[in-house]
Amino acid sequence: MMTNNDDIRPSPEAMLKLAQAEEGTNELGKLKIFLGYAAGVGKTYAMLEAAEQRRLDGSEVVIGYVESHGRFETDSLLAFTGLETLPKKVVIYQGVQLPELDLDAVLVRRPQLVLIDELAHSNAPGSRHGKRWQDVEEILAAGIDVYTTVNIQHFESLNDVVAQITGIVVRETIPDRILDLAFEIKLIDISPEDLLQRLKEGKIYIPSQAAKAMEKFFRPGNLMALRELSLRRTAARVDEQMRAYMETQSIAGPWPTAERLLVCVSGSPSSEKLIRSTCRLAEELKAQWLTLYIETPAGGERIQENRENIWRDLRLAESLGAQVATVTATDIADAMLAYATRHNVTKIVMGKPNKSRWRELFQPPIVDLILRRSGAIDVVIVSFEPEKPAVAASGSRHHHPFELRGYAASLALLAAATLLCELLRPFLAPTNMIMFYLLVVVVAAVRLGRRPAMATAVLGVVAFNFFFVPPRLTFIVADPQYLLTFLGLFVVGVVISNLVARSRERAEVIRDREVQTASLYYLSRDLAAAVDSAAVLKAVVRNVEEVLNAQVAILLPEGERLDILAASAGLVLDLKEQAVADWVFRNKHPAGRATDTLVSAALLYLPLQTPANTLGVIGVSLEKEEDYHSQENRLLLDAFATQAAMSMERIRFSRQAEQAQILQARENLERALLNSISHDLRTPLVTVTGVLSSLKEEGAHLSDQARQELLDTAFGEAQRLNRFVGNLLDMTRIEAGAIRLNFEPCDVQDLIGCALAAIEPRIGTRTIKINLADDLPLITLDLVLMTQVLINLLDNAHKFSPIGSVIEISATADTAGLTLEVADRGAGVPEADLQRIFDKFYRIPVPEGAGGTGLGLSICKGIVEAHNGRIRAVNRSGGGLRIMIRLPLAKIGKEDDDN
Amino acid sequence: MTIERSRVNLPRILIIDDELAIRRFLHTVLSSEEFCLQEAENGHAGLAASATFRPDVILLDLGLPDLEGITVIKRIREWSTVPIIVLSVREREDDKVAALDAGADDYLTKPFGVGELLARIRAALRRSLQEIPEPLFISNDLQVDLASRQVTVNGSEIALTPTEYDILRLLVVHAGKVLIHRQILKEVWGNAYLEQPHVLRVNISNLRRKLESDPSRPQHIITEPGVGYRLR
Repeated sequence: MMTNNDDIRPSPEAMLKLAQAEEGTNELGKLKIFLGYAAGVGKTYAMLEAAEQRRLDGSEVVIGYVESHGRFETDSLLAFTGLETLPKKVVIYQGVQLPELDLDAVLVRRPQLVLIDELAHSNAPGSRHGKRWQDVEEILAAGIDVYTTVNIQHFESLNDVVAQITGIVVRETIPDRILDLAFEIKLIDISPEDLLQRLKEGKIYIPSQAAKAMEKFFRPGNLMALRELSLRRTAARVDEQMRAYMETQSIAGPWPTAERLLVCVSGSPSSEKLIRSTCRLAEELKAQWLTLYIETPAGGERIQENRENIWRDLRLAESLGAQVATVTATDIADAMLAYATRHNVTKIVMGKPNKSRWRELFQPPIVDLILRRSGAIDVVIVSFEPEKPAVAASGSRHHHPFELRGYAASLALLAAATLLCELLRPFLAPTNMIMFYLLVVVVAAVRLGRRPAMATAVLGVVAFNFFFVPPRLTFIVADPQYLLTFLGLFVVGVVISNLVARSRERAEVIRDREVQTASLYYLSRDLAAAVDSAAVLKAVVRNVEEVLNAQVAILLPEGERLDILAASAGLVLDLKEQAVADWVFRNKHPAGRATDTLVSAALLYLPLQTPANTLGVIGVSLEKEEDYHSQENRLLLDAFATQAAMSMERIRFSRQAEQAQILQARENLERALLNSISHDLRTPLVTVTGVLSSLKEEGAHLSDQARQELLDTAFGEAQRLNRFVGNLLDMTRIEAGAIRLNFEPCDVQDLIGCALAAIEPRIGTRTIKINLADDLPLITLDLVLMTQVLINLLDNAHKFSPIGSVIEISATADTAGLTLEVADRGAGVPEADLQRIFDKFYRIPVPEGAGGTGLGLSICKGIVEAHNGRIRAVNRSGGGLRIMIRLPLAKIGKEDDDN
Repeated sequence: MTIERSRVNLPRILIIDDELAIRRFLHTVLSSEEFCLQEAENGHAGLAASATFRPDVILLDLGLPDLEGITVIKRIREWSTVPIIVLSVREREDDKVAALDAGADDYLTKPFGVGELLARIRAALRRSLQEIPEPLFISNDLQVDLASRQVTVNGSEIALTPTEYDILRLLVVHAGKVLIHRQILKEVWGNAYLEQPHVLRVNISNLRRKLESDPSRPQHIITEPGVGYRLR
């Protein structure tokens, strides 16, 4: 048996896995997708049929959300099956009632299988998740199987292809990984002709809508293309399953080595296309893919203009399943290749350059540089249409107000320069006037930016020509030499404006960077100084408040739920907000404002995560809406959250180490106590055993008097042993918290009487004087325990006072409480030790060896404190010790349930 | 198991205890001159012996190997009123009250002095041998005449309130036996007062002031902390 036991004992890793499985992280439900290529192909119908079959097979099947669109066939099947339907949740948004899937009802109901139609649906504002597929993910995570329906055009990676085919941009998209998540995909396929026929017969939409829909979407060409897409996608999936099967069954075959793709984004409109292409390529190759943004100081202009676009690109890539990263470098090509090498990238995906020929002369396209230096890494060039003018137009319109002001200012500058030159015309040769125009160009470059400066340079040439080059007030140039002057002015103006503008932009980037670096530095400095988690939380809250101008709350788990442990002044989180934080903590994923999940929350919540643990949640409320979308803010917040989590973990670890140390110390102390206790237990036994053995062996030879003395000694020691055991038991009970007070109204005189009855026979050589105030009220206390207190105090007083001295007991009461005092005329206690005498095993060395157990007073303290009272000791003037007990006066009668 | 029936007229004591050392010790201190002893080492043997041996007093240990001591008390009380004195190491008041409530007459915590034990046994015997209490109770300076409802201390008559007298009478009738609080409250005030312990405390306090020469060192009415009162 023993050896068997050893064999089955699981390894720590296995235990950990088991624990994780029990937490439910591994117990995912199975997802089955009914995939179609257009509305009306019969997805919902097929799903209901399959579900009915599952129900007949004995599974617990529930309809979470099914939309029949008033279709007759679906309706009749719905009525025919015996499937239980969960009520929909009605969300009221702007006065409109929107029926939605009731996610919580599904989670509470916990069926084996739930049916949820229309996976791509966007939830009504105010729902927990923005998208229904997120609901489905949460349901799967809870271990519930899901059947769902979706059309092919909703898949993120096919989004642009579908838009190209149909001319309709589908807004409701699903990440492709959901498709990969599916345990099974069932393709619902009918021919486009049949579909169109069904549409005509009014089986798909309600007739009045049919014509409009048909015109827009249900064109035979569209349908055929979409059908092909869905067939191909499903075929690819089947292929993948086959591969997976062969791999798991160790079937040999030519497997391509693991591919890794890298794509760089720049925020240009073509980036999005590049990302989608890379994603598709990666899927086909079964490859991981990385998306990189390289920030260059030289690209300052781009940062300013495209920050939003870059952020959007990176989020898109992430949602498509890419690993995203940002690096800073001066040379884009070098940085890209270095990153690729470091991350074992096998293919770099790039867009076809679309710069004009002559610009390439000055700035060779990065593609060329990469191709030249890529070495073993493949480079895949993807082509796409040139930038759409509409996008460019909307892009420039965005900057209009600022630019207009710049151009107006440059006109004003030129006017001023022209006026000045006109005034100075009698004194200056026209060639020297050019200096004023140059000056104006420089000022424009410094103040107004690149484009207004260049405009200033051009207009400067024109104005100079018109006003000052003879013949004046015409554009005719008499002397061809002036053409050189014009060229000089133009070239110098353009170069200067570019140089100045670039250095200014560079400075701006550096300043932004510096602010970020500095704020991170301040945080890490504060965190390093923090010695406990409260200080860490305070530091995080203060730093986030200052840097992001935000309100912050930090929530940490306390038992089952999250508690707000630190928050900005005035920030209050209602139950709904706490529920969002709770979701973030459980799912280890950001949620709340400006995310995809639970967007109606007032704050943005991020998990405080270390590689090993999720320690809590940080919630942030920023001042302006756009602050939430700024990439720097998000990066900074991420960095703050990570740093905070690391510090908290560090403190937790050091706390654990400390605790281990304390445990060790306590163990040592306990060993010492055990030694002391065994000594106290054995000593009386030694005497008793000795006396008994001598009586047994020598009894006949002893005189009566000697025998009597021996017996008295043994008896006294036996009683001492009994008291010590009693004390030990009391102490154990007090320390274990097992002491249960049995409150009853008591007469103080009775209390003293009980103690005297127990102790007086033992201490006959001292007189006990009792001073009781008249009219003492009944006091509610535990008579047995308080008697024990008095006995211990009297015992102590007896032990430490000279024979024949007087021990005084007194009791007085006022409206607030009862004061009991026991005073002796012994040697007292050194002032420094007055507090320590109530400690366990504290003893005063006593000459006659009548030392106590060192427990009596600590038992007294335990009992008095259990009564909410206080006990203290003072030395009496004139010698001796006075112990004072103060008990609060409780009301009589109703205190029995107070323990 | 030795049955000593040499002298049938001696008071019979049944000892129910599983510890051989305790039985031997009791056997030694309860001299065969004065008592007739019977021993039982577990609950079932004790129950059987209490029927066959018909003891005048039973000394019962609560921690028996086969039956809970409380169960033994209850079983005996189903058919007999023989005084039961509980000897136990359990010193918690709950245990004492539970035993007394189940029908035990007295309770001694181990270890105990022999003198104390003998006094309790004699008091129990006195109660069990004379069914009707003597109308005159005398203990040192205290004298209670139940027939004429007269209470004197050192010969001088004491005036008691009716309630005080009822309490004293109850204690006198059960002299030597511990009466738990609820029992006194029920007998003197009735069921409605079971949860009003302070009325009892106040009356006992007054009674002591009238009967005891030093109320802080009572000689007659003894408090058993957490359990009840006993008239010595």
